[in-house]
Amino acid sequence: MLDNTLTTREEIRDLGLRTEEMVLNMGPQHPSTHGVLRLELVLEGEIIRKVIPHIGYLHRCFEKHAENESYTQVIPYTDRLDYLASINNNHGYALGIERLMGIEVPERVEFIRVIMAELQRIASHLVAIGTYGMDIGAFTPFLYCFRDREHILDVFEKTCGARLLYNYIWIGGVSHDVYPDFVKDVADIVKILRPTIKELNDLLNYNKIFIDRTANIGILPADVAINFGCTGPMLRGSGVDFDLRRDDPYSIYDRFEWEVQVGKGEMGTVGDCWDRHMVRVWEMEESCKIIEQALESFPEGDVQSAIPRRVRPPKGEIYVRVENPRGELGYYIISDGTGTPFRVKGRAPGFSNLSVINEISKGYMVADVVAILGSIDIVLGEIDR
Amino acid sequence: MALEPKEIYEKLHAAFPDISIEFDETVPCILVEPMKWKTVALFLRDADDLKFDSLMCLSGVDTADGNLVSVCHLDSMVHRHKLTVKCIVPAEEPKVESVERVWRTADWHEREAYDLIGIEYVGHRDLRRILMPYDWTGHPLRKDYEVPEFYNGIKVPY
Repeated sequence: MLDNTLTTREEIRDLGLRTEEMVLNMGPQHPSTHGVLRLELVLEGEIIRKVIPHIGYLHRCFEKHAENESYTQVIPYTDRLDYLASINNNHGYALGIERLMGIEVPERVEFIRVIMAELQRIASHLVAIGTYGMDIGAFTPFLYCFRDREHILDVFEKTCGARLLYNYIWIGGVSHDVYPDFVKDVADIVKILRPTIKELNDLLNYNKIFIDRTANIGILPADVAINFGCTGPMLRGSGVDFDLRRDDPYSIYDRFEWEVQVGKGEMGTVGDCWDRHMVRVWEMEESCKIIEQALESFPEGDVQSAIPRRVRPPKGEIYVRVENPRGELGYYIISDGTGTPFRVKGRAPGFSNLSVINEISKGYMVADVVAILGSIDIVLGEIDR
Repeated sequence: MALEPKEIYEKLHAAFPDISIEFDETVPCILVEPMKWKTVALFLRDADDLKFDSLMCLSGVDTADGNLVSVCHLDSMVHRHKLTVKCIVPAEEPKVESVERVWRTADWHEREAYDLIGIEYVGHRDLRRILMPYDWTGHPLRKDYEVPEFYNGIKVPY
């Protein structure tokens, strides 16, 4: 594509016509920026020469707030980082404090956490897949995805009363025990989801127009992905077999049988937009497998027995990371022995994932930027914190 | 083969006799001379038995005792070992060598540490504010930061 343009440019020059670069502002209110992100596009005709992202429109001072609240009061703030995956955010933060304090979490809590985190992952991927279809111009899959996400949100609502920001995973436990029909409800969701994945494949993922828009677009080679700190489906889409749930196991993920899905370049090149998108679709199936196994051996017990009355971690620091739907979510927590964190730094997966956009957009068309941005699956809440 | 932080420290110490590198048992982590950090970083990334190919996180910390710290959490996807590296600088002259060209992850993370803590990364190609507005003054995550009453003549409500 790049070469074609260059020849055209030469031809234009031979004709004695003048060309010049143009700067186009995309956002902050552009629908495909999924929030408030401004992209400065340097164009040569339709061709992207440079993309300069400007972030920070949703900066809510999470780290500053965290330094002024007690350890437990920080949890609701973590909800609001990646607001599509609140439970995963809670999980990472709670794990960090538990490791600092040396708290052993009851078996039932671990199972609830894993089931909830995987349900949340599916819910988040459903939004990602649906909105990606809508970015490209397919409206119906979006409605299908939101229809099925609703079942998952219903379970969350029945468990802890909230539908988006849960404050569910607490240090040492969870805020509410699950309700009596929980196991049956979750098993039903898995039964509903499996046909949905097939439906999505038929309707969107193997659609000719969708493939034409996404295959061979925004190719991210594996070494570039690692060097830029891309994680999650972004990294696995580039063919790197790496998942923190398996490679740096936390909670009880090492007990379940499932596979890490990677992009294979089925429709184009390894690491293109289609691969990144499909990794999310395949991961929903893997999450279903984990949930099914967890439901089979769901233990009884008290979910609040290990919650400490006073959260005062000993002096020290820890870097803890968990696999969020969007990649590696890290918390760097420093404790000075008081009831307030000395420093909490959130390493948001979307932050690093977005930083690669300039690298993978060069040489493509303006319309492809929408496809590339959608495939990164950004949530500005966690990027700007 | 995965290495312990202590073993990595000994390797670094042998490889760079003229750079001040210390080992902190409590964390455990390695303290590197701020303005020689990039040379060490390149070695950490490229040496065959280290291969720290990914920078997980780079954070700035104000220790409230007159020092600022730039903390790097490194991970090797090849050998599956991790390492924490700290560069401690005085708050009056917070200059750390940039590793933005070693790990591109550091590009935005260093901009963030510059924006919020005020560490200057020497050799960074594009050291601008990233989360705060470009015309903001001060570095909000400093422990002695005072919230301004006005921003561009507008009263800040809080």
